[in-house]
Amino acid sequence: MSAMIEVRGLSVVFDGFRAIDGIDLTVEQGELRFLIGPNGAGKTTLIDVITGLTRPTTGEVVFDGRSLVGLREHQIVRLGVGRTFQTSVVFEELTVLENLDLAASFRQPLWSLARRRRGVSDAVAGALEITELGPLADRPAGVLSHGQRQWLEIGMLLTQGPKLLLLDEPVAGMSKDERERTGELMTSVARDHTVIVIEHDMEFLRRYASQVTVLHEGRVLIEGSVDQIRDDPRVQEVYLGRKPSDAVGKQS
Amino acid sequence: MNLARLKGPGVFAAVAVLALVVAPLLLEPFRLGLLAKYLCFAIVALGIGLAWGQGGMLALGQGVFFGLGGYAMAMHLKLVDAQGDLPDFMVWSGVEQLPALWKPFANPVFALAMVVIGPMLIATVLGLLVFRQRVRGAYFAILTQALAAAFVILLVGQQGLTGGTNGLTNFFDLFGQDLAADSTQRGLYFAVAIATGLLYLGARQLVNSRFGRLLVAVRDGEDRVRFLGYDPARVKTVTFAISAGMAGLAGALFVPVVGIISPALLGVVPSLELVVAVAVGGRFALAGAILGAVVMGYAKTSFSEQFADGWLYLQGALFILVMTLAPKGILGLAASARDALARRRTARSGDPEPPPADAPGRRVMEEVA
Ligand SMILES: Nc1ncnc2c1ncn2[C@@H]1O[C@H](COP(=O)(O)OP(=O)(O)OP(=O)(O)O)[C@@H](O)[C@H]1O
Ligand SMILES: [Mg+2]
Repeated sequence: MSAMIEVRGLSVVFDGFRAIDGIDLTVEQGELRFLIGPNGAGKTTLIDVITGLTRPTTGEVVFDGRSLVGLREHQIVRLGVGRTFQTSVVFEELTVLENLDLAASFRQPLWSLARRRRGVSDAVAGALEITELGPLADRPAGVLSHGQRQWLEIGMLLTQGPKLLLLDEPVAGMSKDERERTGELMTSVARDHTVIVIEHDMEFLRRYASQVTVLHEGRVLIEGSVDQIRDDPRVQEVYLGRKPSDAVGKQS
Repeated sequence: MNLARLKGPGVFAAVAVLALVVAPLLLEPFRLGLLAKYLCFAIVALGIGLAWGQGGMLALGQGVFFGLGGYAMAMHLKLVDAQGDLPDFMVWSGVEQLPALWKPFANPVFALAMVVIGPMLIATVLGLLVFRQRVRGAYFAILTQALAAAFVILLVGQQGLTGGTNGLTNFFDLFGQDLAADSTQRGLYFAVAIATGLLYLGARQLVNSRFGRLLVAVRDGEDRVRFLGYDPARVKTVTFAISAGMAGLAGALFVPVVGIISPALLGVVPSLELVVAVAVGGRFALAGAILGAVVMGYAKTSFSEQFADGWLYLQGALFILVMTLAPKGILGLAASARDALARRRTARSGDPEPPPADAPGRRVMEEVA
């Protein structure tokens, strides 16, 4: 196995506030890694740095043997890093199909986009199938439910054939059924992709996670299996002295 | 629904017949000339509809590009009229030798190419500088407006080069035709009307393409688009350049139609007026931009004949009304009215309700705020 992504000595300072304070993190190729931690632990900021949205104050991010620091967002995407956002953003005026098609066309030269779309590409058809959004293909994305939006976003990522997917709280605010669907979707995606998932929900963690990294105040608190994490006294302390199975389950 | 699919081309064909057959038959030469002028503005408006309505770039300085195209054309016409001598206004300003900037414009091919290439080039450079730095929204609007103001100052200051405040006027010959002749003006009207139609079809094609979808995506979520692997700065620059090219072409057509190009025609106020026209017509549809430009052009002529100053206020009031109450402009109102009618009809016949026309976007207000 070789490292898909390696973060070394990373720190991010916002106006004197250390949001990330010396993080080292390695995720191997093919791994499904969960990232948890209380609000403000720096989870989203970590993903922001990897995807080029935030510049690190110090440290290095190496993806597939290439440094990402200093690249612009779309360049990082083109190298094969895709992400979703904590609050999902789809293009509401475009149809579900158009959203997927737009994502799938990102490697085409700009001028060739001036032609009208004809038919549905294999990548788009595949994404429609795996997200089960086929029946809604021609509806504007604005009518989708919260859960469907997250799936659409994941589907958009899949059409791009990324090597690494970063999902920021994909099940936040979802119903029980939707969580289950998302869990299945994630598991099937993780079969042939490297995935990093930020998630709070302990139940969800127990069902779908193997390797977990816990962040706290911008540092890595502990890394290990779900059971190791749950039994670790430091993790329990971070979650306000309560059992993490209660506290972690609470949504932000 | 085959009928629905035929509706667009049907309306287009009807408007084409109106513009190419009915109007030339019914309108006296003076009125036809006015219509040609409005259609020149409509071409600029089409570009604004593309940049603003589709791409979210509130371009308040399109007069600059209109002017660049207009002056390129006017310089050529002046040189042709001068027949190797200095253009008249240069003689009056005491210029003794043809400025180097003017020389290449004696060549009609160069002049016509510059009409479009000049504006597109400048828009591209500006776009790359500005959109890369993620300047957008009100900042972009103010920047383009400042550009229009600066352009006017530049033109006025260079009396010997540009004709100053008076601009360039007194043209007699257009590619061998007598410009004053009714037949030439008629031909010009057809040229402008056909150009408008073709540009509309081209812009429509672009809007319906993947690029058009991408443009809407950039408008609604520029930051999100980056994470799909696109560079929004490039998408915006290309669109802005296209809209600038349209404005340039419109300026070049305007010159022989109206017979003058001057700083007063392309400064801050005329640029703003066209944006208002696009808003009034309906900025989310390309047809709205054209409709707005023609309606507002006509309204301006009719109103200014009676009270010139009142027009400015009326226009401002209209703009505020449209932006707050009917963000989709005349076209949006027409669609709502049609839906209301259809609903009433189906309610009477007991059919299930058709889906209502989508409500005016909330985004509109935020964008203006
Ligand atoms: N652009 C910014 N400017 C200033 N402070 C920021 C910025 N972005 C994040 N922070 C701060 O950095 C800290 C880490 O934020 P981050 O969003 O990474 O937390 P998180 O672990 O994702 O939390 P949550 O579970 O609430 O999503 C927080 O205290 C936050 O307020
Ligand atoms: Mg977060």
